[in-house]
Amino acid sequence: MLEINNLHARLTDGREILRGIDLSIKAGEVHAIMGPNGSGKSTLAAVLAGRDGYEVSEGRVTYLGRDLLSMAADERAREGLFLAFQYPVEIPGVNNMYFLRTAINAQRRHRGEPELDAGQFLRIVRAQLKLLDIGEDLLQRAVNVGFSGGEKKRNEVFQMAMLEPRLAILDETDSGLDIDALKMVARGVNQQRAPDRAIVIITHYQRLLDYVEPDRVHVLQGGRIIESGDKGLAIELERRGYGAIEDAA
Amino acid sequence: MTASTETLQTVRSLSQEGYKYGFITDIEAETAPPGLDEDTIRFISAKKEEPEWLLEWRLAAFRAWREMTEPNWAKLQLAPIDYQAATYYSAPKQNAGPKSLDEVDPELLRTYEKLGIPLREREVLAGVAVDAVFDSISVATTFKEELGKLGIIFCSMGEAVREHPELVRKYLGTVVPQNDNFFAALNSAVFSDGSFAYIPPGVRCPMELSTYFRINAAKTGQFERTLLIADKEAYVSYLEGCTAPQRDENQLHAAVVELIAHEDAQIKYSTVQNWYPGDAQGRGGIYNFVTKRGACRGARSKISWTQVETGSAITWKYPSCVLEGDHSVGEFYSVAITNNRQQADTGTKMIHLGKDTRSTIVSKGISAGRGQNTYRGLVRVQPRAQGARNHTQCDSLLIGDRCGAHTVPYIEVRNPSARVEHEATTSKISEDQLFYCRQRGLSAEDAVSLIVNGFCKEVLKELPMEFAVEAQKLLAVSLEGSVG
Repeated sequence: MLEINNLHARLTDGREILRGIDLSIKAGEVHAIMGPNGSGKSTLAAVLAGRDGYEVSEGRVTYLGRDLLSMAADERAREGLFLAFQYPVEIPGVNNMYFLRTAINAQRRHRGEPELDAGQFLRIVRAQLKLLDIGEDLLQRAVNVGFSGGEKKRNEVFQMAMLEPRLAILDETDSGLDIDALKMVARGVNQQRAPDRAIVIITHYQRLLDYVEPDRVHVLQGGRIIESGDKGLAIELERRGYGAIEDAA
Repeated sequence: MTASTETLQTVRSLSQEGYKYGFITDIEAETAPPGLDEDTIRFISAKKEEPEWLLEWRLAAFRAWREMTEPNWAKLQLAPIDYQAATYYSAPKQNAGPKSLDEVDPELLRTYEKLGIPLREREVLAGVAVDAVFDSISVATTFKEELGKLGIIFCSMGEAVREHPELVRKYLGTVVPQNDNFFAALNSAVFSDGSFAYIPPGVRCPMELSTYFRINAAKTGQFERTLLIADKEAYVSYLEGCTAPQRDENQLHAAVVELIAHEDAQIKYSTVQNWYPGDAQGRGGIYNFVTKRGACRGARSKISWTQVETGSAITWKYPSCVLEGDHSVGEFYSVAITNNRQQADTGTKMIHLGKDTRSTIVSKGISAGRGQNTYRGLVRVQPRAQGARNHTQCDSLLIGDRCGAHTVPYIEVRNPSARVEHEATTSKISEDQLFYCRQRGLSAEDAVSLIVNGFCKEVLKELPMEFAVEAQKLLAVSLEGSVG
């Protein structure tokens, strides 16, 4: 599904953040990317999603057999790449529900599917809300405006569930959450596990992985993946800290 | 026949007549020679078979206009207007328009396709009574009979002068006098047609009344005049839409709208203004100099203006309320977009004369490209206006870094019990917002339009439903090309 080869990326001011990332993710897998602050986790998410402000200086990324880096951000999204934001953005005056329907229909048009009318959309929404235990009032408010930290993250997971991506990247979705919100996020991710879908969880802490079992865990440090392993690696990290892994590598 | 079917058929036959059959009249007799003098005014008045008093009224306006100079206080840059080069009267004629769509400039067709106007027009018009004004004359008014049963008069201004001279004479110029300002005086001298409506006491007008203005002829100004009167306890909602074809020269549009609300009456006046804005380099486009004013004559009367201004090269327009009656209410909700080289200097005046009068102003200005957008508003509380209140909210949104937003509020309070509030914000569409939308699959342009619609929501929700949909689409089209 996703092949990253020797990916180097820098900020527009020239600072190199990613220094040769290699990563291979197959459909059906859940990968966790862990690392300390400043290791390049969020930059990796941003570069994969096509955010402006980064320059890829070397390497390539293949997504579903296509050159991901040549696609515009919105095209990547319509091709099924979803990013759950670390800091979801407020859009005043735009109804959350309307925003989501606009997004879904943009993606459906891209796939040559008919757009959902309000009724069809509402039925799907209701079903998902129930699964994720989200109140309907969240939908009637403006996108992320006045949402608590937990509500914003729930909303991201809800959008992910509604958009049914092929590749979902969760950028520190667990940070700043209380245990209930964390469990909700985990439930959302577990529900999204599917044979034709890959999920990448970017996180600083191990605790989300108490509820979501990853197939692979990678440690990102200084813009490189310095260690990969199974779930046991996350537990070891939690116990010994990032420093120990770095020293060992 | 149901009301909506009637409208559909009228609209259909209109477009067919325009293209297929045309209007069979002598060409020379239809268009006034270019230039403006007393003979031009006599020509227009004679053409419209007007009574002597109206001709005198026009001539008085013309004499006043000759002594006046163009206002120069607005933040607008424009080439001098040659008033003697323009034509002041033009009625549709058979050979003027294209005979089929094949003859229409494909660029124009594309613009309309993007606007969805032909289709939208029909949808919007269903269930709405329409007076269609094409260049200088009203070509059709729908639902007149049905409205007539309720005692509502809705017709072209020309017809009102013939059929209801007593009403026209009683109210014309009582809100916007002939010599009110340069452009109003010009309009008073040469106004060609426009709409007239009178809602009798206690009647709630059962449908939206609407005028659809279209400038078509080249080198011709449009000077329509609209007069709406809501008698005691009457209610009316009125819509106004406008379009004009693309032309390289600037065309002048100087309209006057007068509203009168008697005791306990309410008038809601909505405009979606989409005159041709000129091209990306600033060539062509409509110069829109409009005087709109409503008088809340009676106690507890209410006048509400809602405008969405997307078109015109120049917009100079301040729909205002004179709150004469005690406890009367004035409202102004506005969205103004300037893209490319468009300039807008728009706002309102709320003049508080009566006791406990209230006014609300919500203005949303959006600037993109090299557009310049100015909010200019006056809130005046006169000594007798005990307990007057005003709240003004004025928000500007900038897209890109070559445009400008300006806010010029004037507040004059002559009664110590008044409460006047003014809030203003200026913001930019952030990269974060754009990326968030695009990451969900929206194109950059759709993302901008979504964000802008959210920004304008408070105003758009004041529009009647059918108009709100059209307005949202217009916002999107107006901002095309504003993001890289």
